[in-house]
Amino acid sequence: MAYHPESLILELEERARQIRTDSLDMIFRRNAGHPGGSLSAAEIMAALFFHTLRIDPKRPDWSDRDRFILSKGHASATLYSALARRGFFPIEDLEQWGALTCHLQGHPDCIKTPGVDMTSGVLGHGIAIGAGLALAARLDGKRYRVYTLLGDGECQGGIVWEGAMFAAKYHLANLTAIVDYNDVQLDGPVHEILPIEPFVDKWRAFNWAVLEINGHNVRQILEALEMAGEIHDRPTMIVARTTKGKGVSFMENSAAWHGVPPNEADYLRAIAELKGEN
Amino acid sequence: MNDMHMREGYARALADYGAVNPNVVVLDPDTSSSTMSGLFARRFPERFFNVGIMEPCMIDVAVGLAMGGKIPFANGFAALIALRALEQIRTCVCYARKNVKIASGYAGLSDYKDGATHHAITDIALMRALPEMTVIVAADAVQAGAWVPLVAEYDGPVYLRLNRSATIPVHEAGSPLEMGRGIMRRPGHDLTIVATGSMVGRSMAAAERLAGQGVDARVIEIHTIKPIDADILNQAAAETGAIVTAEEHSVIGGLGGAVAEVLCEGRPVPAERVGICDKFMRTGMDPESLADACGLAVEDVMAAARRVLQRK
Repeated sequence: MAYHPESLILELEERARQIRTDSLDMIFRRNAGHPGGSLSAAEIMAALFFHTLRIDPKRPDWSDRDRFILSKGHASATLYSALARRGFFPIEDLEQWGALTCHLQGHPDCIKTPGVDMTSGVLGHGIAIGAGLALAARLDGKRYRVYTLLGDGECQGGIVWEGAMFAAKYHLANLTAIVDYNDVQLDGPVHEILPIEPFVDKWRAFNWAVLEINGHNVRQILEALEMAGEIHDRPTMIVARTTKGKGVSFMENSAAWHGVPPNEADYLRAIAELKGEN
Repeated sequence: MNDMHMREGYARALADYGAVNPNVVVLDPDTSSSTMSGLFARRFPERFFNVGIMEPCMIDVAVGLAMGGKIPFANGFAALIALRALEQIRTCVCYARKNVKIASGYAGLSDYKDGATHHAITDIALMRALPEMTVIVAADAVQAGAWVPLVAEYDGPVYLRLNRSATIPVHEAGSPLEMGRGIMRRPGHDLTIVATGSMVGRSMAAAERLAGQGVDARVIEIHTIKPIDADILNQAAAETGAIVTAEEHSVIGGLGGAVAEVLCEGRPVPAERVGICDKFMRTGMDPESLADACGLAVEDVMAAARRVLQRK
């Protein structure tokens, strides 16, 4: 496994902080969006878009690029931030999110926005679609890998497990799924609304390789993503334990901030906390 | 009657086309011996994927394959694909505009043995309401096969509706076939019978018998329900002044609905719809007698013609 120097870790942590502040800026400005699940996914998105994914902003349709499907499409702000900061479209576009003239939709749209590989927003599709894409890569002898990020509440849906069975049948080792396991969904704690445990055992039983990490520890994320590339006989599920609303004290572990934008006072407090000014 | 099943005409053509186009891949949710997609599987096992009994997953996997540059043909039973996988079809195929071909077998009352659980009488209505979707209904085994290369080479989502068994043949091999263009099957001046799928042959039979009674009925086949050939319909309404629609589908939202939408804006004339009258049907002993019992008999088309003539 490659050694990840401290400078890379620090850089990716800074990228994660930027994804968080971008996301809150965007959600506050639009007065719509999903703060909690955006904040919990920031390190994962930073590691993927600023280190792991082989993508090229100059060639968003490059046929050998790695693919990424944001299965938890309501965390679209994090994807838009990452793509803009990587140069897929102007950073100023983020300010127009949701406007009638802007390509950035509430949920990701692969036709309108460069760098978005697949439309999402209705939960559950990432693994099954990713499996089809991974299969196409294998048929063509392509080396690209397919990544998809899911929410934990999303895994209550049957289609996730249909896709899991299919990917296991065809030993799709070029498919890596990550679950942003923050244990909070719209109506409350996942373990109360509809328990999904024993979660790791479930994926193992579905014949996936399973890695369990702290989803806010960049080094662990990088190592897990790399390890997934070393597993050649099955798809990999990275169970990333996270905190909903991570980084903003009053949003942490709170279902109230799943899909509610902050008012101005809360927004200013949140940004101050993220910038370490509190 | 050519007794080749429509599924066989489709499946043979799919297997043959697999040799022509290496990008074609085929999926089936554990019905490959029914849909006969197994013919493709035997010739190209490396390009065939049996996904098990999970139509929603099949459609998502097909979307992924299309994203990777493949031309996936997703097979299955129309009732299950169009209902169980409807969200996948709406969001991932149509909204994301992925090049997925849905070959929906056993449509209408095809599964006469199993009854209403497996009848597909709402699939045209559901599919044609989806933006970006092209909806095609095959009329016989020859035409089902002829659609395969046309559907594969069109860039975009297609729902190809197929019957299980043999229908009255109407389409000669090699005769013109174009998406979105209706076919004048029989000239006539007194009224026009607009038919799709298995009802094209039955409507031709009805027109023959009407001719014996002095009624000169035009027959138009609308195979592409969407985008529909409005020109041929408006012209028929203008020239014959009365319309009967005939389909192996509910009278709500299918061909009859689509034709009514065109004509009420373009050329309003009296119209009657022959189809399943907003009821669940029943099990039968064979597809022909079941269709007869469900309001799709040649006599039903003739009766609708006489009714519409009285309203002219």
